[in-house]
Amino acid sequence: MSKLISFTDMGLYCKQGNFYIDPWKPVEFAIITHGHSDHARPGHQHYLCHTLTKPILQLRLGQNNYQTLEWNETIFVNGVKISLHPAGHIIGSSQVRIEYKGEVWVFTGDYKTEDDGISGQYEAIRCNTFITESTFGLPIYKWKTQQEIYGNIQDWVLQNQQDDKASVLIAYSLGKAQRLMDAVKNITDTVYVHGAIYNMQQLLDEMGYNFVQVKRISSGTTKQELKNAIVIAPPSADGTPWMKKLNPYRLGICSGWMQVRGNVRRRNADIGFALSDHCDWEGLLSSITATGAENVYVTHGFQSVLSKYLNEQGIAAWEVKTQYGAEDDEQPVTDHANSTEP
Amino acid sequence: MKQFARLIDVLNITTKTNEKLAALQDYFKTANDKDKVWVIALFTGRRPKRTISATLLKQWCAEFCQIPSWLLDECYHTVGDLSETIALLIDAHYQPQQPTTEMPLHYYIEQFRRLEKATEEERKAFMLQGWTQLQTTTERFIFNKLLSGAFRIGVSQQLIVQALSKVTGKAPSVIAHRISGQWDPGNIGFEALTSDENNIADDSKPYPFYLAYPVENEVDKLGDINEWQVEWKWDGIRGQMIKRNNAFFVWSRGEDLMTEKFPEYALLQEQLPNGLVLDGEIIVAKGSTPLAFALMQTRIGRKNITRKVMQDAPVSFFAYDVLEYDGKDIRHEPLYERRKILEQIVAGVNQEILQLSPVVHCTDWVELATLREQSREHFAEGFMLKRKNSSYQTGRKRGDWWKWKIDALTIDAVMIYAQKGSGRRSNLYTDYTFAVKDGDALVPFAKAYSGLTDKEIAQVDNFVKRNAIEKFGPVRTVKPELVFELAFEGIAASKRHKSGVALRFPRINRWRHDKKVDEINTLDDLKQMLQLYGNK
Repeated sequence: MSKLISFTDMGLYCKQGNFYIDPWKPVEFAIITHGHSDHARPGHQHYLCHTLTKPILQLRLGQNNYQTLEWNETIFVNGVKISLHPAGHIIGSSQVRIEYKGEVWVFTGDYKTEDDGISGQYEAIRCNTFITESTFGLPIYKWKTQQEIYGNIQDWVLQNQQDDKASVLIAYSLGKAQRLMDAVKNITDTVYVHGAIYNMQQLLDEMGYNFVQVKRISSGTTKQELKNAIVIAPPSADGTPWMKKLNPYRLGICSGWMQVRGNVRRRNADIGFALSDHCDWEGLLSSITATGAENVYVTHGFQSVLSKYLNEQGIAAWEVKTQYGAEDDEQPVTDHANSTEP
Repeated sequence: MKQFARLIDVLNITTKTNEKLAALQDYFKTANDKDKVWVIALFTGRRPKRTISATLLKQWCAEFCQIPSWLLDECYHTVGDLSETIALLIDAHYQPQQPTTEMPLHYYIEQFRRLEKATEEERKAFMLQGWTQLQTTTERFIFNKLLSGAFRIGVSQQLIVQALSKVTGKAPSVIAHRISGQWDPGNIGFEALTSDENNIADDSKPYPFYLAYPVENEVDKLGDINEWQVEWKWDGIRGQMIKRNNAFFVWSRGEDLMTEKFPEYALLQEQLPNGLVLDGEIIVAKGSTPLAFALMQTRIGRKNITRKVMQDAPVSFFAYDVLEYDGKDIRHEPLYERRKILEQIVAGVNQEILQLSPVVHCTDWVELATLREQSREHFAEGFMLKRKNSSYQTGRKRGDWWKWKIDALTIDAVMIYAQKGSGRRSNLYTDYTFAVKDGDALVPFAKAYSGLTDKEIAQVDNFVKRNAIEKFGPVRTVKPELVFELAFEGIAASKRHKSGVALRFPRINRWRHDKKVDEINTLDDLKQMLQLYGNK
């Protein structure tokens, strides 16, 4: 039988069901794994996504024809059975499982195996063919536990406060920023944020993701308020005049890329926290094994490395070029880096 | 080890000189003496002898972590530093048991030194022991780094001097003098190393070099030309020539002792007076006539300097300053006084091999600017401008000495290969190979690593990732599309290069977004430059 998903110029395409997954060009029917901009693009006629992803898409893409599913709920499109399953990447992020005539394919979108308490616990889904990302597909990427990293962040903030400095944490507005709020909720009542994060947080507040009081930094925010404060800002704010107001401060960047010390230096940060919303090497390998897949397609990241390794381990694997992770590639660690980790 | 690891963590991350200085001071105040001496040695480029090769390290690490060696190589290309790669891999693979006894830095260095006589099995056992006993990535990183000694963490000799001066209360010039030269970190105490008493006489010690910044404004802003001593800026190896107690030493600016590399100078050992330090340029020359710098490269790497080498690439010493005379440090004397003494010395020796770097006389800056255009004909890179009443200072300083270099040669070329860099350029394609046209073919002729902004590097990196054609180990061949203007200081014929030429100090001058591949320079253009400016 022919493949359930093929890799086309428009994106991942299921011919039998006539729909796309996370396509990068406008299509009729798109299944969207999660709300990051390299996966959720504008212009499709029909969107299918998880219930929690819908409000995010509405905020970012405006009013469209949205259809939602809960995790494990199934529907049929042109005879192809579709269901969504938690991917653990950000709020609402889902793997897509499709089944046709007994054949099962799963596309992960972006995912991580550790439960961050916000994004849902990743579940390994048995399948014949598994399409996995590989953003951090090298064995040097091994994450510390969330608990340990949160502890490090808290210690750093408390030290900064002792030294009379604000703590500025750089993190992507959807996903990482919420985890940071969660990380510092026991040592502060309030965090100050950049406008980009504030807008997203307004929405998430309504959805029930409120960990601390979030205040937007505006022209009216006084220097006194910001003294010793915890500030969360997106990568795009790093190095801009907007930061001046926060002085004196120390800068911490939260991204998996911070695992390598040269990257921390390149960003001129005072500290790097290797906090990621993607799998580390071990997470990738354990997930792949757990699916029991006979065939593995490896997309955005270290495709060639991971697929070569899998083949050596006796798992048939191929690398696939996609347009995901484009934001990582374009600004590799100079300013945006993977702190976006879309 | 933990204390040194904390120091490395601070030095590695902070870009602020004051924070680095504070961390160093704190370390020199509190660490044990043996460790301190080793840290001074490591940070001033005194590397311990390497006792285990990188190949073996990689092999043992891959074995221990149970990964194929190609996968380790992929990690290395991404991280850009083998010590860090191994530290990260061990960290990912191995959970340390209960903490073991904390050993000081010098313990590990001394163990490494002992390995020189050990068998391969013993060496391997020691590495595995270190990897498993140490607790953090930084500690393992340092442990690996101790083998090569090259920390590269942005600590200059000057910064070390400043920190030691603050901690010991001694003048920076004394410290700088004490820690340069030849000393064995395994055999000297911290007190002895930083003491300014002369009882631990070390006749070989050079003075820290006084270095110049490029002229920042129009030269006529420097005032009356008569207040300045102008010399050609020679393209050789900056060096100090020292004779004390009949012992003779030649140092390069990189603080390598090079006495053995220039046996010709032995003649001067007899004739120079004792208690003398000269500053000057080691130049490939026939007496007072300089030859092409490329000739220097034919002899500099050699262990044995044969008669033939000395015939083919003879050297002179072009002296331009005297720092110690009659056993006395005269660096505080004004340049015009030092020059008088220097002229007497050179005249007294009267050997072709010791030349006086001539003073260039001009009545005004305009005339000097015209003369500067002839620099290449004199085998010079432009002029040195030195205030006549200046003292001989320490390190790179503004104000009294300036270099006024001629514009570099330039050529438009296309990037054809790229490789990832290291350190703060890790995981980014930053090392490029460039080609010129030869008919329809592209001929590689130069590599360049510097000259682009971080933003431009990010753009090129993105281009490479999207336009890589083939992969040869860490090198990617890329679609020949991006055109750059390369600048370089000189050109020479070379049999080792496919293009037949070797460039001196090539770097990227600017990105020619306005040019296409078919508009770049040709191999013939390069050959013409070789005719005009090169030296056979």
